[in-house]
Amino acid sequence: MARTRSSITIVGASLAGLWAAETLRREGFEGRISLVGDEAHAPYDRPPLSKKYLAGSVGRERVDLLTPGKAVELGLDLRLGCRATGLDADTHTLEVDGTTESFDGLVVATGTRCRTLPGTSGVAGVHVLRTVEDADAIAAALSSAGRDGARRVVVVGAGFIGAEVASTAVDTGAEVTMVEALDEPFGRVLGVEMGAVLADLHRGHGVELRTGVGVDEVLADGPEGERRVAGLRLVDGSELDCDLVVVGIGVVPNVEWLDDSGLTVDDGVVCDETCLAAPDVVAAGDVARWTNPRYGESMRVEHWDNAVQQGAHAARRLLVADEEAEPFAPVPWFWSDQYDRKLQLAGRIRSEDEVRVVTGSTAEHRFAAFYGSGGRFTAVLGMNRPRHLMQAKTLLDDDASWDEALALATAWE
Amino acid sequence: MRVVVDYDLCESNAICMQIAPEVFEVRDDDFLYVLDESPGEDLRAALEESVQRCPKQAISLKD
Repeated sequence: MARTRSSITIVGASLAGLWAAETLRREGFEGRISLVGDEAHAPYDRPPLSKKYLAGSVGRERVDLLTPGKAVELGLDLRLGCRATGLDADTHTLEVDGTTESFDGLVVATGTRCRTLPGTSGVAGVHVLRTVEDADAIAAALSSAGRDGARRVVVVGAGFIGAEVASTAVDTGAEVTMVEALDEPFGRVLGVEMGAVLADLHRGHGVELRTGVGVDEVLADGPEGERRVAGLRLVDGSELDCDLVVVGIGVVPNVEWLDDSGLTVDDGVVCDETCLAAPDVVAAGDVARWTNPRYGESMRVEHWDNAVQQGAHAARRLLVADEEAEPFAPVPWFWSDQYDRKLQLAGRIRSEDEVRVVTGSTAEHRFAAFYGSGGRFTAVLGMNRPRHLMQAKTLLDDDASWDEALALATAWE
Repeated sequence: MRVVVDYDLCESNAICMQIAPEVFEVRDDDFLYVLDESPGEDLRAALEESVQRCPKQAISLKD
């Protein structure tokens, strides 16, 4: 039996929140949908912020996800620039900008925010990249319109946001150094071997990679109140001069507003397999931690595709009775565009996995590689191999074995 | 029903190809090809999902 509700509030007006709203309407929900977001903007798409939007090759209209017309069509009560500051899951009440309101159903989609380097607040020229304002500030600093554009850029953290910013900065003619505290760049996400292939791509474009060395201190010039970055000192004592620092050292979930809410918070909002965090409360997107039954593991996934799929799943969860609820069991998948290469990874790599290049060549940066162990096929990485990647992802979705995966690869050759 | 792809928007992420391989194919040149521009109604649900899940909103359906 489907549930009857008259109002659903979605906290977080970004990709997962918007997908939740759209899904509610597609599924026939006719009640009030309130979409609350603390940013001043209607939902927008973040992947272009480190790539085409940052490079200036697409404008703001290509980043916006919700036109005014679509908001009307969806019948959304769009409340932008409004911050949820408290929740009581038991009484189904929410505090927004200090005012208490009630809901019948709630989607928590408050996302994450970037970690920052200590001692950098108030220092001009040090940025993180999460919001459109962050992207505008970095784009302005990189602007090569005159000689004032940042020519020496340091990216702190060899992760995907940092790698995309590095690639965009290189294209503006900047000298780019990437600093990574771990020995193996990209190793955590891609494994050591494939991480090295991606590092090689960056080096081939002139990026200097400093690995196994963290940042000790940001060096700034100028009087108090007008301090501007001049360089970085690394923990080995070496110094890097620079005009612009972009920090990509991970994110933290936005959960502080849920203190004393009755929800369980542990590096994200803890949900069951169906994305339910408490009766009538679901979570989706970067902020949600749930047990993915496909892997039997608790996970929190920060990919674009997860925000889409989980936003939709969480919305449907609110519309069905408990006994009809389905688990959320996706194969995680993401893409990253760097230089003229498209990286795609589907699946979940395990440390014991062997990795095998099954088509193409890593030296040419055009290949697909399979990961697996114990007869299991766990992940596929593609560099400029979207067709192969999606065919392999279909096998991952079907829990295919390593031998079945290799049979697919044999058919490619 | 006609399938229209805006190639200025398409970035060949190939999600559509996973959802509706009968209609969409990304080939070895990394470009998307529409195999059947006027597919049958039996594919409508898959095509609507392709439209919705395209990260670049590059696909549309015209009746």
